[in-house]
Amino acid sequence: MSVAEDFDPSELPDAYSMPLEELDPSDGRLFEYQKHWAYFERLRKEDPVHLSENEEFGRFWNVTKFKDILAVDTNHQIFSSEPAIVIGDPPEDFTLPMFIAMDQPKHDVQRKIVSPTAAPANLANLEPLIRERVCNILDSLPVGETFNWVDKVSIELTTQMLATLFDFPFEDRRLLTKWSDTATTTDQVGNNYMDEEERKRILWECYDYFVRLWNERENQGEHPKMDFVSLLANNPDTKEMVKDPLEYLGNLILLIVGGNDTTRNSISGGVLALNENPKEYDKLRANPDLIPNMVSEIIRWQTPLAHMRRIATQDTELGGKQIKKGDKVVMWYVSGNRDETEIDRANEFIIDREKARHHIAFGFGIHRCMGNRVAELQLRILWEEIMKRFDFVEVVGEPERLMSNFVMGFVDLPVVLHPKK
Amino acid sequence: MARITYIEHNGKEHVVEVATGLSVMEGAVKNMVPGIDADCGGACACATCHVYVDEAFLPKTGDKDPMEESMLDFAEDVQANSRLSCQIEVTDDLDGLIVRLPASQH
Repeated sequence: MSVAEDFDPSELPDAYSMPLEELDPSDGRLFEYQKHWAYFERLRKEDPVHLSENEEFGRFWNVTKFKDILAVDTNHQIFSSEPAIVIGDPPEDFTLPMFIAMDQPKHDVQRKIVSPTAAPANLANLEPLIRERVCNILDSLPVGETFNWVDKVSIELTTQMLATLFDFPFEDRRLLTKWSDTATTTDQVGNNYMDEEERKRILWECYDYFVRLWNERENQGEHPKMDFVSLLANNPDTKEMVKDPLEYLGNLILLIVGGNDTTRNSISGGVLALNENPKEYDKLRANPDLIPNMVSEIIRWQTPLAHMRRIATQDTELGGKQIKKGDKVVMWYVSGNRDETEIDRANEFIIDREKARHHIAFGFGIHRCMGNRVAELQLRILWEEIMKRFDFVEVVGEPERLMSNFVMGFVDLPVVLHPKK
Repeated sequence: MARITYIEHNGKEHVVEVATGLSVMEGAVKNMVPGIDADCGGACACATCHVYVDEAFLPKTGDKDPMEESMLDFAEDVQANSRLSCQIEVTDDLDGLIVRLPASQH
């Protein structure tokens, strides 16, 4: 929600009504009101590597086509992920180091330590538990009356999943939601909704809670349990991390946000996409075997994280433009996933499309989303169980979206459930 | 041309003739062999085309470049004979190649 409650989205300039040089896609409200699509469409056509400059974010390059984004993402030597991977810069006293925003070698060391939690072998163990939880959630939903899908399903399911991966006390799991939402409420991503001091206070509470968990889980020896905290606390390379509060908090936030509102918004986005494309919903009803393919298409369509940012470590050329050392370079995944020169009929939601897995929502290269299979697993199980129970998850009102140039999110999605006859 | 045997994790074998110049990954994908995802389409950017190369053929597949080394670091259950199959170019020399597929791609 925009802070100005009476904000009129028609005030947002139309993508084709201004000179090309002035086109700046970084305003969080563009995404809230779904006006960003036209901006990126014009940029892909007329200026695919496009320079913007504004007071909030300084000078930055917008990379809008799939192949150019892939080129940046896979060139981690020239395009550094430090100090942050969102467009805005963190305050100097609250930099929150996290391995997504680190280069080699430190990135590799930390990622390798926590990666097993999100790896398919561990997920295979968790599948029965996930399915049990999905069933509980779906069976507890009101039928035939309107409710907010975001709260009762999207948030609930992903929060439970995350609590499992952290082995976080189940009854406190909504704290994970609170911390995740707080972490992503910052003017670094075009959201001015929370006071910065309040934000820090809440995030330090997260740190305090996880220090208690760390202390409980140290000293497990060579075969610690498979939750994120146990792995970090018991590995020689990271067992001192708790002594660097900003780094411990930073990595916690990475894992909480990465596993939280991304999948949450794909869950909501999938419901909306099927409602907006009823022929696709018919295909799904006729053939639930399409679910795995549909899951990839939902993730592409939603692109839960719109961008990732890099900084050029040397002068370089990209898409015919001269990038200078020190320039910010913004990879717009949300644009790359609608690039018709790479993806056939990219602006159509097609649940049985070929090469559905060929999308850039998870990024590419050494930072490619570590939790991608966790996301896919949750979505697959959810839709399998939905199709057993409900003929129609009907969207009955306008969705409300998040003001952010980073998280492509839903705040409210009013639905009514129609059970299978 | 090379005859390549892809062995799924469950033991099921697929024997395929793959044209010279394609990658071992493309040989699987074009012939509907399950178990290789190749999400990035062959750009050495996703590590979802991970295979285990039969020891006898490992030297013939060439060396890994630094990007493949980096990406392979993040695949699951990596062994000494692990490769990203999009980085192995099919030549006549690889005729008879056997690759085993992992239980899952990450």
